[in-house]
Amino acid sequence: MAKTVAQEFIKGLWAEIPPFRLVLGLCPTLGVTTTVKNGIGMGVATAFVLVCANILVSMLRNVIPAKVRIACFIIIIATFVTVVELLMQAYAYALFQTLGIFIPLIVVNCILLGRAEAFAFKNPIIPSIADGLGIGIGFTMALGSIGAIRELFGTGAILGTQIMGSGYEPFAFFVQAPGAFICLGLMLCLMNLVGSK
Amino acid sequence: MNELVKMVVVLTILSASSGLILASVRDKTLDQIKFQQLVNEKAPAIKKILGDTSNDPLTSKFEISEGKAPIEFFVGSYGGDPNTVVFETFGTGFDGKIGLMVGVNLENDQIKGIGVTTHSETPGIGSRAKTEPAFAAQFAGMDLNNSFKVKTDGGKVDALSGATYTSRGVCMAATNASEIYKRLKPQLIEKAKTASNKPAPKEKE
Repeated sequence: MAKTVAQEFIKGLWAEIPPFRLVLGLCPTLGVTTTVKNGIGMGVATAFVLVCANILVSMLRNVIPAKVRIACFIIIIATFVTVVELLMQAYAYALFQTLGIFIPLIVVNCILLGRAEAFAFKNPIIPSIADGLGIGIGFTMALGSIGAIRELFGTGAILGTQIMGSGYEPFAFFVQAPGAFICLGLMLCLMNLVGSK
Repeated sequence: MNELVKMVVVLTILSASSGLILASVRDKTLDQIKFQQLVNEKAPAIKKILGDTSNDPLTSKFEISEGKAPIEFFVGSYGGDPNTVVFETFGTGFDGKIGLMVGVNLENDQIKGIGVTTHSETPGIGSRAKTEPAFAAQFAGMDLNNSFKVKTDGGKVDALSGATYTSRGVCMAATNASEIYKRLKPQLIEKAKTASNKPAPKEKE
C-alpha cells in the first residue's frame, strides 16, 4: 500500500479503467452510450458521486461500525445521486431527459460500492479523492469512447456534426442494444490485445 | 450492547443528515425544475395544441386545486374569445406515469388537440406517443365528455403498434381529463375569462 497519490489516480485511467478492466458498471455502459454526449454526461455524473462518496466514506471510516458499513455506504451514495438528479433536472434538463432512469440507477452502480468498500474505507482522504477522480475520469473516457464509436457508425456523426460523407448509410444496429454489447466486446478485445504485448 | 448502540446512533445520524441535505437541495431547486418542465415539456405541447392564439397561453393561466396538487390551466384566445383551455393529466403507461396535455374547446366540448409531456416509455416504441403526430391527431375533434379506449378494448382510438400499454396510458390520461373537465367546466369558463383579461404581450393583441 505504498502507492503514491499520483499512482492511485493514474491506475483508474488504464490499469483499472472500470468497464474494460474491472468489468464493473456495465448497465450504464451499455444503456446510455448511444451518443458521445450521453456517455460523457453519465460519466461526469458518476464521477461526481464517486468522488463525493469516496471523500465522505474515507472521512467517516473510523466512525462507521464495520457491521453496518454497506448500509452507510448506500445512504451516502444515494444522497449524492439524488442531489445530482435534482441539480441535473434544474440546470441541464435536456441531458436529464435523455439519461432518464439511468441517473437514479447510479445508486446501484457497483463501481461506487466497490470503490467505497475496497478503497475509501481503508485509506485516508487524499488517496481516496485521487482514486475517485481516476476511476471517475476513466469511466467517463470509456463511456465517451464507446459513445463515439456507436454514434459514428450508427448515425455517421459525432457530437451531432456529420463526419462520414453523404454517401454513408448509417449502420443503425450500433445505436441499438445489441450494438452496445458488440462494441463493448470489441473494445475489451482490443484493450487485451494491446495490454498483452 | 455498546456496539449495537453505536450502530444505531451512526445510522440514525447519517440518515437524518442525508434527509436534511436532500430537503434543502430540493427546496432550492424546486422552482428551477418547475420552470424547466414548463419550458421543455409543457410549453412545446401547449404551443402545438393551441397554434395561433391571439394571446400568450403561457402567461394567461390559472390554477384550481381540488384537495390534491393544484392543476394549471392555460387559456387560449381566438380573436379575443378565450374559448379554449389546456391542462395536464396523467395516466399509467408501460413504465410509470405519462403526462398528457389536453386542449379543449369550452363551447362545444371538442378536443382541440393533445400532446404527451413527461413520460418514461420505451424509446422508439412507447415514446412514439409523443413523437408520432398521427397518434395525437386522432384525438382532435373527439368529444371530451366521453371516456377513451383503444380499439382492442372496444374504443375508438387506434393504438400504436407494439405499444398497447402506452396507448392505454394515454387513453387513461384523456379519460381523467374528461372527468376533471366535466367536474370543473362551469369554473373553467368563468376563470378563463378573467385569466385572459390579465395583461398579455402587446404585439399579439
